[in-house]
Amino acid sequence: VASGPEIVIGVLDYGVGNVASMLSMFRRIGVSASRVSRPDQVAEAAALVLPGVGAFDDVVTRFRASGLLEPLRERVIEDGVSLLGICVGMQMLTEASEEGAEPGLGWVPGRVTALASRVDPALRLPAMGWFYVDQLRGGVLPVMEERQRYYFVHSYAVDCHDPADVAATVDYGSPVTAAIRRGTICGTQFHPEKSHRFGVALLSAFAAEAASMSQPGAVDD
Amino acid sequence: MTEVGSSFRARVIPCLLLDGFGLVKTVRFKERTYLGDPVNTVRIFNEKGADELVLLDINASRAHDEPNYDLLAEIASEAFMPLGYGGGIRTLDQIRKILGLGYEKVVLNTHAGRNPDFVSEAAAVFGRSTIVVAVDVFRSRFGATEVRVLSGTQKLAQDPVSYATDMARRGAGELLVTSIDREGTFKGYDLGLISTISSAVSVPVVANGGASSVRDFTSAIAAGATATAAASMFVFNGRHRAVLITYPSEAQLSAAIAVAGS
Repeated sequence: VASGPEIVIGVLDYGVGNVASMLSMFRRIGVSASRVSRPDQVAEAAALVLPGVGAFDDVVTRFRASGLLEPLRERVIEDGVSLLGICVGMQMLTEASEEGAEPGLGWVPGRVTALASRVDPALRLPAMGWFYVDQLRGGVLPVMEERQRYYFVHSYAVDCHDPADVAATVDYGSPVTAAIRRGTICGTQFHPEKSHRFGVALLSAFAAEAASMSQPGAVDD
Repeated sequence: MTEVGSSFRARVIPCLLLDGFGLVKTVRFKERTYLGDPVNTVRIFNEKGADELVLLDINASRAHDEPNYDLLAEIASEAFMPLGYGGGIRTLDQIRKILGLGYEKVVLNTHAGRNPDFVSEAAAVFGRSTIVVAVDVFRSRFGATEVRVLSGTQKLAQDPVSYATDMARRGAGELLVTSIDREGTFKGYDLGLISTISSAVSVPVVANGGASSVRDFTSAIAAGATATAAASMFVFNGRHRAVLITYPSEAQLSAAIAVAGS
């Protein structure tokens, strides 16, 4: 992150998801990041990352019980601060999932469906490994000269109601949502914190955008 | 197996063995050679862009030791790639702690064999993709196969295929199938074993034990493996088997394990 003011990225810690890896990655790319586990810490972050690993209902239930939901809603929905959901942390932003019965947060119109019915049968599930992604529109994937690949682990994927929200897809025999963006809300099905130089570039770009947004007068430049 | 759109290449996974604090390499689960400091080795694999790493503590179950959390945390802070850990895991709390250190997967072996319900419980809480079951198989000179746990020292009653099927049904999201009798020998994977298990289960199967070159990866994938693991070929170099950490380039891997359609 070359320019812009010093900002802090908050990584939401509600007991699931790879907070430690996310913090290591931000440390490596030279971006200040801190663990956000109390409601009052949410407002201190210039941008937020919502990780999530596990079964949909377990993840959503834990997040609702954490007390972080309401302050996050204020920051993201009302203040327009950038949010990056990772894996189930992205899936949770939609309305519901076939994997469970709990409602999602409903911030991105769409639902989560099982891969089983719509991918090449040769792809064993969970889909696990490095896959090349196809960018449909900017705003999530970084600008890189080489073809980008990321690490995925999942059996379910997001179906956006608004096709304009899909930023990138992965080809599992049919296209499956790999990244989304709606306003300042972003999500990746893959794990940038575990995707070597590609993840470095993606998270650097996320932090750079957050820094530029938090700079007063940035819109006048 | 690679006919999945245009986006896929099978994973190639260094499978590293820990003996307490140090990194070791075995032959047929015996004859330990000390390799060096695990943190530094992981750093090198990270620089080389390895697809994923699996760390197995081969002492923990026998010594009834807790996983070495401090070491695991230090390793994870150097690894910007997926990580799996196995060794001495017996409780859901241990799994939660390991995942919290920055690991995506845990590898169950001894406890899964003795208490298969634990696989179901762990998968229900942490999701299938987090739970890997290591299926260690010994093939006798006469061709008979048996599943073993506790670093290959204890035989289970079930045959490899029914054991693998049972573990997958209970919630294992991936099977790490290791040939005990080929491990560390550079003789190639047990392709018959890989083929039999791969066709019996629908979850990803990782072939392990015996790889000597990228050609072995090609053979394992052709036999039905979803991914391949290796250790000796990544840590030993040359006739005298000097310790040198290597990992194939993306070009070598793409050539050996074709990316379909692209």
